[in-house]
Amino acid sequence: MIAYIGRRFLWIIPVLFTVSVITFILMHSVPGGPWDREKQLPAATQDRLNAKYGLDQPIYIQYITWAGKFIQGDLGPSYRYTDRSVNDIVASGIWTTVQLGVMAFLLSVIVGIPLGIFAALGHNKLPDYIATSLSIVGIATPSFVLSIMLIVFFAVQLRWFPTGNWKGPNTWVLPTVALAGFPIAVIARYTRASMLEVTRKDYIRTAHSKGLKDQSVVTRHMIRNALIPVVTILGPTLAFLVTGSFIIERIFGIPGVGQFYITAISTRDYSLLMAMTMLYAFAVAFLNVVVDVLYAYIDPRIRYS
Amino acid sequence: MATNTTVVGTRIAKPKAAAGPWREAAGRLFRNKLAVVGLVIVALFLFCGIFGPLIAPWPYQVQDLKAVFANGDRPLPPFSPNHFLGTDQLGRDLLSRLLDGARISVTVAFVVQAVILFIGVPVGAIAGWFGGRTDNFLMRLTDVIYAFPDLLFIILLSVAFRETAFGQALDGLFLVFVAIGLVGWVTVARLTRGQLLSLKETEFVEAAKAIGVSDRKIVTRHLLPNGMGPIIVAITLGIPTAILAEATLAYIGVGVQPPRASWGSLIADGQTFIRSEPHLVLFPAIFIALALIGFTFLGDGLRDALDPKLKGKQ
Amino acid sequence: MVGADEGIPATDAPSIIELSADDVLRARTEAVANAGVGRKAAHLLEVSGLSTHFFTPDGVVQAVDDVSFDVGYGETLGLVGESGCGKSVSALSIARLVPDPPGKIIAGSILFDGIDVLKLSSEDMRKLRGKEIGFIFQDPLTSLNPTLTIGYQIGESIREHMGLSPKAARERITELLAKVGIPRPKDRLNDYPFQFSGGMRQRVMIAIALSCDPKLILADEPTTALDVTIQAQILELIQRLSSEFGTAVLLITHDLGIAAGMCDRVNVMYAGRIVETGSVDTLFEKPRMPYAWGLLDSLPRIDDVRGDRLRTIEGLPPILISPPNACRFAPRCDFARDVCWANEPALTHRDEPGHLARCWATETGGWIE
Repeated sequence: MIAYIGRRFLWIIPVLFTVSVITFILMHSVPGGPWDREKQLPAATQDRLNAKYGLDQPIYIQYITWAGKFIQGDLGPSYRYTDRSVNDIVASGIWTTVQLGVMAFLLSVIVGIPLGIFAALGHNKLPDYIATSLSIVGIATPSFVLSIMLIVFFAVQLRWFPTGNWKGPNTWVLPTVALAGFPIAVIARYTRASMLEVTRKDYIRTAHSKGLKDQSVVTRHMIRNALIPVVTILGPTLAFLVTGSFIIERIFGIPGVGQFYITAISTRDYSLLMAMTMLYAFAVAFLNVVVDVLYAYIDPRIRYS
Repeated sequence: MATNTTVVGTRIAKPKAAAGPWREAAGRLFRNKLAVVGLVIVALFLFCGIFGPLIAPWPYQVQDLKAVFANGDRPLPPFSPNHFLGTDQLGRDLLSRLLDGARISVTVAFVVQAVILFIGVPVGAIAGWFGGRTDNFLMRLTDVIYAFPDLLFIILLSVAFRETAFGQALDGLFLVFVAIGLVGWVTVARLTRGQLLSLKETEFVEAAKAIGVSDRKIVTRHLLPNGMGPIIVAITLGIPTAILAEATLAYIGVGVQPPRASWGSLIADGQTFIRSEPHLVLFPAIFIALALIGFTFLGDGLRDALDPKLKGKQ
Repeated sequence: MVGADEGIPATDAPSIIELSADDVLRARTEAVANAGVGRKAAHLLEVSGLSTHFFTPDGVVQAVDDVSFDVGYGETLGLVGESGCGKSVSALSIARLVPDPPGKIIAGSILFDGIDVLKLSSEDMRKLRGKEIGFIFQDPLTSLNPTLTIGYQIGESIREHMGLSPKAARERITELLAKVGIPRPKDRLNDYPFQFSGGMRQRVMIAIALSCDPKLILADEPTTALDVTIQAQILELIQRLSSEFGTAVLLITHDLGIAAGMCDRVNVMYAGRIVETGSVDTLFEKPRMPYAWGLLDSLPRIDDVRGDRLRTIEGLPPILISPPNACRFAPRCDFARDVCWANEPALTHRDEPGHLARCWATETGGWIE
């Protein structure tokens, strides 16, 4: 088991390597450079800057230099925000982004799974219709539309929460709900389908044949088995939360790291862009591994093999 | 077993069992109410996408400035004369722009899925058929792409190539197709591989091998047609994802170029007037929601119809 | 772990902890009071006129139609027939486990130890299940919950019905495992089903079925999913333990050979109906229904000529959606005459006492001697 976990975590390294190579090549093959501003800099100045930052070197040398520093934890200088290092920029926003992601994830699991179970237990009855309608609305509403609606109703009309920013619990509510809306719907739908599937299993019939109370059949036999397939979609869900968070940050004006991504691309801020990509890729890969381990924990067949 | 009895009974009860698996699947699909709702929505959506410009009351980029001026420089509300769903700030007819948006979404939906199909199925088929090292390499590759933060990668591609001829092609749509397709094919590749692996063990494939049918023919004649069901379902359920991705890109301003009107960019434009003119956001949001719901229902229905055993699984 | 640990005798395992007599009494009085029927039944189980139908989109499937039989205390009764003939649904009906929807018991009565189980509240029925009626299902691979340890799964009904302390329950589970022939039972309590071979899992199922000392075990094709060598061991185990515990067994099988070896009496079912019933000896010596001949004939015999095709019954069982008033076996019967197509024969007595058959041809005055 420990060897399994270790192997899964080691797998992150080649993933990050490949992601970095692809992004690096892509980024440098794009026309333009970090010194393209509204006012064209003189060619001599550009050359001098290129030499200073090593941008005149062949691309594989640049990559090696970057990778060497990256391993030591140095993300390099920002070409855009010349007074700050990329490390500073990342450090300033990362915890806000992580906090938003974690809260949204917890919300989607805490609401989504019970909603799905609730729907399945009342199959083809009122609870099912209510929960299913809710999840259809969730799936059909892009996070940016949900954000706009939440802001209009709860911030502008009712004035319960502020329209944006990230200062204290009451500013956290709307962005978290906006980000979690879609995953809640997906998880609920999946849990419901999985529960209904498990209902038809032979071992559920066995459980009934033992004369167990319906409640114990549900809690002991159905939910755990139904959650096994649900865990597999937690990976993509987490990835959605990670990559989806920057849109929410943009709409609610949250000072996370997401806001820098598009700026970094459009201003060709190479080191900031690399740092952001690596950060998100790491988050996605890491969370996928965590999900795998969780999966093994729930399903003894994997744990023991 | 209890269910056995039912199955035996119904199977024999229907002498039309010889009608073929596809017709039977169609029968199941049409008996499923939600799937029919999905099918109707999808049909409407396709109709709007294909014939939109013909039925649109105005060209999508024409500005009815006089009407806006007469309204005190404000967007026209819905049910105005000449503008059924109102106009935007520049006097462009909202209904016509929504129909153009439908055309963009339809194109994205189908071209992206075609890209995914053309990369995903061959890669999955090669991995599943040859196995061994080829399989290992291709599957590790899909692992890496799976770990790519997809939306960010799409944005990177879109922003990076926006200024190039490639990025300008089809008003910027071409780039969006390629970007979304490049990160989306992994699921289909894995699915195809899984299907091939399980079908490879079946008797009819063994039999085909035994009588010396070539590898290529076994894959194209026996394996792909038999493994098609789940792939069709994955493709259908992938369409809402593609529509959503395009709308999101357009919303943050990196997708289609103005004056083309994606539903996402309509919402981005409209949110400035959200309090006074909520219809500018509401109608595009409803259109997106309907398209997503339609394809999701249809995909669910197809899954249940093509493989009754899978009923309920995602 | 497959293979090697099969078939280890458990003769010297300690005896099972006794059921608390109070518990049994309480449950029974409660149930009897609720059902409003007195005890002192002639048979442990009396099924009469049972009809279980499935309401499907294609029509009503009459999976079990007007079926009557009884099982004496400690007796082993066989229920034999092709798959889909309604044997399993009959068994599920007894424990009221037919999936509803689409299935529904629409007529008949089931007296279990004098209690009409169809009149019990679902809560009282639940108390009967697992405690007085144990179940062994066909496929041990899918009938055990893959995510719970077998110790837990055996202990469930004990904890639910017997109110033992955790320690006593644990002891009982270990003893049960030893009884059903699982070596090193103490070490295996915390193992999961996937760590057992198919035969071992079926032993676990038997331990579950026996865990509360039931009066009746419904064994639904208990060996169909197993290898032939293991089949014999499992059957032997069921036979030995049922006689040791004095448990009656309703053995459902499609294999007449198994029924012959295990049962006192046999019911042959066809298309939702009982078509012949009698003692094993009568049925094997003098079957009075062409379908039963067919079943007997399809058993491979030692004197079969090598290379000969196995004998089969041609055709398929009929549609169970609104069947016509005719002998249900007529379409596949070599001896069918007009009367078979015009009227369904009743289950009538034959020469031996307790031997009944549903066939025009073998009735008195029929065209087959």
